[in-house]
Amino acid sequence: MTTALNTLFITAEGTRLNKEGECVVVTIQEEKKAEVPLRHLRSVVCLARAWLTPELMESCVEAGIHVSFFGMTGRFLARVEGLPGGNVLLRRQQFRAADDPGVTLRLARAIVVGKVANARQFLQHARRDAAEEARLPLEEASRRLSEHLRALERAEELDPVRGLEGIAARDYFEAFPALLKGDARRFSFDGRNRRPPRDPLNALLSFGYALLAQDCAGALAGVGLDPAVGFLHEDRPGRLSLALDLMEELRSPVVDRLVLSLVNRAQLKPEDFKTEAAGAVLLKDDARKTFLVAYQNAKQGSVQHPFLGQQTTWGLVPHLQALLLARTLRGELDGYPPFTVR
Amino acid sequence: MSGEQWVSLSALQHLLYCERQAALIHVEQLWREDVNTASGRLLHERVDLPGHDARPGRRVERAVRLGSERLRISGRADLVEYHPDATCPTGWRPFPVEVKRARRKSSEADRVQLCAQALCLEEMLGVEVPEGALYFGAQHRRQAVTFDSALRARTEEAIARMHGLLAQRRVPLVPRAPKCEACSLEPLCLPHVTAGQRRVSDYLRQLVEQEAGDRAGMSGARGDPGDP
Ligand code: SF4
Repeated sequence: MTTALNTLFITAEGTRLNKEGECVVVTIQEEKKAEVPLRHLRSVVCLARAWLTPELMESCVEAGIHVSFFGMTGRFLARVEGLPGGNVLLRRQQFRAADDPGVTLRLARAIVVGKVANARQFLQHARRDAAEEARLPLEEASRRLSEHLRALERAEELDPVRGLEGIAARDYFEAFPALLKGDARRFSFDGRNRRPPRDPLNALLSFGYALLAQDCAGALAGVGLDPAVGFLHEDRPGRLSLALDLMEELRSPVVDRLVLSLVNRAQLKPEDFKTEAAGAVLLKDDARKTFLVAYQNAKQGSVQHPFLGQQTTWGLVPHLQALLLARTLRGELDGYPPFTVR
Repeated sequence: MSGEQWVSLSALQHLLYCERQAALIHVEQLWREDVNTASGRLLHERVDLPGHDARPGRRVERAVRLGSERLRISGRADLVEYHPDATCPTGWRPFPVEVKRARRKSSEADRVQLCAQALCLEEMLGVEVPEGALYFGAQHRRQAVTFDSALRARTEEAIARMHGLLAQRRVPLVPRAPKCEACSLEPLCLPHVTAGQRRVSDYLRQLVEQEAGDRAGMSGARGDPGDP
């Protein structure tokens, strides 16, 4: 497993990427902007229209570097990857597990337990240094999340598990405005909306989740799992359901935490967004860059893995979880241990 | 057993080091390029056995493709020397040499892998191969290995065991051992969690209990010694 998990983000229109020696060379309008050794790269994310030479594509595919393309609004379009790693046997086990209601239930439940526990931790943590008037809603929401955890433990079918996940998410986002501090209170937030996001905070969350989903998909493909065949999320054409499953437990500690710290420290302000005529809200270009840099930096931060009992970085967490999921599907673990924050 | 199934020569090294390692690499197809494997490869690329290929009358071939139909095993030898020998029909006796990275002593695994190369050479060339050598790159030292009947038997047994793992597509669980520290697959194998029992159930239960712990328990944990 590589420790340098860098992502090369392409944000300028008309960027050209080609290969020189063992490096990726980035050129914008005939001007060489950067040179990155291939072996330091894990993925290339194109957020603007970019050209990649066939030679570079070939090297990326061979080195297991995933290349993904997003549309102008941040909507995921496509990803390029080589032959899946690992083994067809693992994918068969994954498909069988996905067809087995008992296994699906246990996996989905573990994923939601991880998600709700982390969401609760996140609120509890914020409560400690929240303003007086914010404490009550945070406490109330985290109490409800506790109840949902109890209910999850008793859930013996997939539908209630999915239902509890939805209710927990709603309760959690209801408390979200209480997490805004100082000037950031100018951001209005009235629950989660995404197609398209209709306020700046939702735009940031959607953008962050799209990036995290790509990291999760890359991590799953890296251990030989099919990112499209999920457990909590039903299969749907064009959807990376397993990547979404894997992402659940990481949403609040990775993306939500980042979004809040950016707005609470006024690194992003309401003026950094634009609203289209129909009401969809987008990040302006500079805001996108600010977010991407912060996202990359956050991945370098170290964290203790509670189940493996080892120190790691946030960037490696999706890879470790993908590995633990593969080990679970192979029957080497008695269940899936979601990543949880203490 | 399917006639299509072949064991690679390098699998024997892995098998003798750890059965699980062999299965992770050859059944699960996991591989990890880390400092060890990368430096080993570089050494292989660069090494030129000073003094040995220069010896008059010897021929040397590198990265020699080998295989045995009988044992269903194939792979490459780093290097095969051909020593002049009038008793061989071709006039040359093959002598496999395996290059090892900075280690001082040969291991059983090294000898078995070398012996498997000899068995392939014997079948391919129809001559006896009684001896070969291990070459320790870092020390520029070589050690002769005799392919006696005991080593041949151990080698054939290892090949059979590897065929068994492949046929069953089995990845055995083995308890964590001191050798895991030096194993390049450790971060993917996760021996400290996969060999345990019901660890995840405990982890999940603790998690729910901790997070959903009743409120009384929580305020208690916050430490209020004066609480009645
Ligand atoms: S980590 Fe230990 S158990 Fe796992 S493959 Fe290596 S030596 Fe074997």
